[in-house]
This record gives sequence, structure tokens and C-alpha cells, in this order.
Amino acid sequence: MSRDNILHRIRTAIGRSAGQAAADPPPVRLRIPEVDMESRIASMIARIEALAGKACRSAEPCALVAAAIAGKKAVASNAPYLSECGITALPGVRSGITDRDELREVCAAADVGITSADYALADTGSLVMLSSPQEARLISLLPPSHIAVVPRERILTGLDELFTVLPNPAVRTSSMVLITGPSRTADIEQILVRGVHGPGQITVIMV
Amino acid sequence: MSAEFDQKIHTTLSDANLQLAIYTATGRLKEKRVESVAPGVLPDYQELRAQAHAIKKHSIENLDHYLEEFERNVEARGGKVVYCKDGTEVADFVLGLAKERGARLIVKSKSMTTEEVDLNERLEHHGLEPVETDLGEYIVQLAHERPYHIVAPALHKTRYDVAEIFTRRLHVANEIVIEKQTAIARSVLRQKFLAADIGISGANFLVADSGAVVIVENEGNARLTTTAPKVHITVAGIEKVIPRAQDLATFLKLLARSATGQLLSVYTSLLAGPRRPGEIDGPDEFYVVLLDNGRTKLLPDRSKRQSLYCIRCGACLNACPVYRKIGGHSFPWVYSGPIGAIITPQFMGVAHEPSLPFASSLCGACGEVCPVKIDIPKILLELRSDVKKSETREKQNRLERLAFRVFAWLMTHPRLYELAGRMGAGMAPADGGSWIRNLPSPMNIGPVRAWLSQRDLPPPPAQSFREMWRRR
Repeated sequence: MSRDNILHRIRTAIGRSAGQAAADPPPVRLRIPEVDMESRIASMIARIEALAGKACRSAEPCALVAAAIAGKKAVASNAPYLSECGITALPGVRSGITDRDELREVCAAADVGITSADYALADTGSLVMLSSPQEARLISLLPPSHIAVVPRERILTGLDELFTVLPNPAVRTSSMVLITGPSRTADIEQILVRGVHGPGQITVIMV
Repeated sequence: MSAEFDQKIHTTLSDANLQLAIYTATGRLKEKRVESVAPGVLPDYQELRAQAHAIKKHSIENLDHYLEEFERNVEARGGKVVYCKDGTEVADFVLGLAKERGARLIVKSKSMTTEEVDLNERLEHHGLEPVETDLGEYIVQLAHERPYHIVAPALHKTRYDVAEIFTRRLHVANEIVIEKQTAIARSVLRQKFLAADIGISGANFLVADSGAVVIVENEGNARLTTTAPKVHITVAGIEKVIPRAQDLATFLKLLARSATGQLLSVYTSLLAGPRRPGEIDGPDEFYVVLLDNGRTKLLPDRSKRQSLYCIRCGACLNACPVYRKIGGHSFPWVYSGPIGAIITPQFMGVAHEPSLPFASSLCGACGEVCPVKIDIPKILLELRSDVKKSETREKQNRLERLAFRVFAWLMTHPRLYELAGRMGAGMAPADGGSWIRNLPSPMNIGPVRAWLSQRDLPPPPAQSFREMWRRR
């Protein structure tokens, strides 16, 4: 095994001994600005639209989602918030899936994936998704279009606030993903193309 | 300069289309970076750089500590950490696991670290099918080439090149519309994702206090690679570890801006172990391969070890007037541009391509744009000095070798040897004192004198052994 060998080489090179405590790391740098909710929502909308996504505020998310998925196959996550809004009961929406293989199949065939989000980051227009029994990873990934319905109180100012609220996300989940706009690439001639592997369309509804 | 380096540079310089492609792409990336770190947009940019530098410095100075903490936390969450000293060990590990799981198809998301050890070739050699899934990497893999740029691997390919590669390798109709080319790749790779047994990713950061791997990307291929297959293997250099998840607030603000001018990349994934009870999807097995492959050789030198702070954003490539002319494939190893010019000689030895640290105008642009403040120009100078020292040593060695060849020739010609012995003895001082250090002037010159300054011979006897033998 190379483990001990590599660790030994490192220690010899940097002059440390096994089990020696580390010096204190530089203090964490987290600065949370004061931003009122109206400005956070405005920033979310501006950022997401700048990335060619759609974002809006609404008191009636169910009606908006219904209009967006009319005639399409949709899969919704098990987030309680979605069923509270009535979204999981909409026609054409599959929900309540707890089996991995079934979820894969449904997501691969769906036109739209509907999720909530654990948090949103106003200054970058990002969604923060923690994997859990309520939120599967593939719903925001496989279908070509992703709709997220987020209660406004979950909108944080930015990364600094996120890592203040969640100093160690790994305690909560095996997977935290920040989603900032639709999937994109510029790998051929620097021409921007959306939806290369993930969803090419993203819609964020703030309630 | 090696003939190969020289020739590759000339090929690149004489290709007008390629020159335009490199210049345009790097120019655009460069401009976008400048906009995204402008004081009006990111007022604390310089403080963030200083903080990022301080964290990297601290992490490297306590590297063993953070690696062990990382390892403990990965294993506490049901994952496994594997240390590998080189590419052979990485390949052996992946091959062993693939065999146990009966796996053949492997999807891969972008990883410079696996490029470094030619992992794909090694796996293909043993009958596995590793498929790159980042669009640029996929194109480069189909063309059997190396990535041209850390961030834009297929920067040198036009849509017409891509059309030709897709027709030849994927047997699809000729297609020159970029959106449609992307759609072709999406549908081919979607099937691979859903069928793959193992996903291999790189890592932008390893977080010690979380036991987490952080991957930053725009396409979604890394998310698919780490979610769809039942086994996820991360291959990362040991230098990628940082102490705390909270440090990501600093690094994430710098990385995407420096790389592509985005505020954040589209997807930032923090992955800690296999899926947990109740979680619906995600891998069942989670491995992190920590690769040395020469990195520990960079640690002893306090100044040059900052080369290991690099977060692979590619900003120095775009800023470099040399990279923008000679491109990525002129460089002798997988890492190109200013960062390649400082890490290649340190990983491979300065003799690998001695002219590399000299292929720079020392304008300082690379150091200015580096988000973790690596003093690249200073390291280039130090490496130049190393190259010169090793050349001097080499020259001295040549002289010594010549001297020994003459000596060997003399030793194999007995008559000449005897003659030389007698002549030598004739020159010895009558008082029997130190003599070889005081050679007569024609031989008492620079290197000979230096060599003799520490050496002497006992005074020669009145009769040589041969003479005594003849007279016995």
C-alpha cells in the first residue's frame, strides 16, 4: 500500500511528524450583507434571466406550473412543499417515487422535472439542492426542462450566508448541488449551446 | 530546445486558422474574467485572492494532517480512500474494482489528473471502455488527442473538424451546425450514462472537515457521472485538499470567474460518500483515489511548492502572450501555459524539456491573474537557475568522463602505462613531499587544479613493481 509511504514522504518534505497537530488555519472569511427580501427576489430574477433562464414571483405557483407542463410528461420530487401547493396532483405529473430504477426510467422519459429547493442564492441566482428522500438528484438533471418552486424565505443573500447556515453540508446529505442557470457548453468554437447534458431550460418560481 | 518542442511551435505558428482560434478563444475568456472581477462587481477580489493563497499555503504546510482528516471523514460516511503513487497504481485499482463488479463501460467527467497518468489508454488496454463525457473532452478523445486547454479542451477544433470526427467515429451524417453537433453528443452520451457501471470524476477541491469532493462544471456531465452509475470513483491529486467547507465560499467566488468569467459555474456539486439510507438515487459505492505522481517532489522547496496551490482555472493560459501564440499542444506534457511551464519541470525533472522555463517573456501577466496568487514568474526564474545548474553539472561530468576514458585507455596498454609511470615518477620532488598537487604549469590549469585540490598520491617508489618483477 502506498498510503504510509506517501504520508511519510509528505511529512519528511514539510518537516512534520505523524499525528502532530496542525497550526490554526486562517480564520474563515464569511461576510453576509444586509439585503431585504424584495431586493433578493429582484436579484434572483435578474441573474437567472441573464443566464437565459426564467424566473418570477407568484402567489399561485400551481397554476403557473400547470400551464408550463400542459400536454407534457412531468416528474415531481417528493418535497412536501410541492404537494402542499397541489403540484403533485396536477395531471401528467408522476410523483412519490422511492425506487432508484423506477426513478431513472421516469426521469429519462420525462419532459419536465419539478422540484423545490432547500435554499436559493440571490447574488448569483443559484438553487441549492440537498439530496434526500424528498429530493432525488436526477429530477433536476435528466429531463430537458427543470422547474423549481421555492418559498421566498429560503432565498439567502449568497454563498457566505449558505456556508453560515450550513457550515458542513456533508452532515446533512451525501450530495449538495448549486444550480446556476441552464446546462451549457461553449466547447465548439466558443459558441454557447444550452442543454448539453442537464436541462436546457430552467424556471424558478418564488412564492 | 528539443527538436520536437521547436517543431510543434513552428507548426502552430504557421497555421493561420489555429492562430486565430487560439487568439479569439483566449481573448474572450480573458475579457470575461476581467469583467467578472472588476471592482464594481467584486470589490473584495484582492482580499479573496489573499485569503485563497493563505488557505492553500496552510493546507500544503499541513498536508498530511488534512489528508488524514479527509480520509477519516470519507470513511465515516461509508466511502473509501485509496492512495496511489502513480498511474499504474490508479489503473490497477480501477481494473481490480471493475473486475470485481463485472464492469466494462466507464463514464468519465473532465479530469486533468487522469490525463496526467493516461488512465484511458491503460483501461482500454485491458478491455474496458472509458468514455469522456464533457463535450470538449469527448471530441478530443474521439480524435485521439490531448486536451488543448485546461478549461477548453477542444479549443483548437472548428465545427468542420468536429463534423469530420463525428462522421468518422460515430458514423452519423455530416453535421456542421454546432447546436446539432451538441445534440448528437448528448444523445450518444445519454445512453452511455444510463448503461455505465462506473463513473470516474476529477475533483476541484477535497474538503477535509466534510470528507467531501467538490466538482465544478457547466454541462451536467459530472453530475451524471457521479449520480447514474452505482460506483463513483474520484481521482484527485493530494494537493487538492482544503480544511473546511466554509473555505469554499472563498474559492468558489474565484474559480468560475477566473476560468470563464461566470459568477458561479452552472453546477457545483459537493459529494460526501455513497447515497444514504432513504436517499432515492446516487452511487452505492464511493471511492476517492489520492494521487501523488510526483507531487511530493515539489514539497521540500518552500518557494516552488506554491505550484501546488493551483486550482486549474486556466486564467494564466489566457493571459499569457506565449501560450496565445504557441498553443496547448506545443507544451511537452498535459499541463500547458505558464502553470504547465512551472509544474512540468518539477514533476518530470528539468531535463525533460530544459527550454520550457525559458519559453516565457516574464511579463508577469500570469502572476497577476492567478486567483491563488502563485508567483509564477519567480518560479520560472528559479527553474531557469535549476536548469543552468544542472547543465553546469552535466558539463563537469563530461570532462570527468573524458579523463576517465583516457585513464582506461592507458590502463589497457601496458607498455604505454609503464612509460607514463616512469615519466610520472621522474617528475616527483626529491624530498618525497606532496607532488601531484604541484604539477608543472602546462597541466596545472583550471579544472585539473580543481580536481587535484583534494587529491594527492604517495611519493613514487624508486622501482616500480614491473621492474622488481623483471629483476627477481
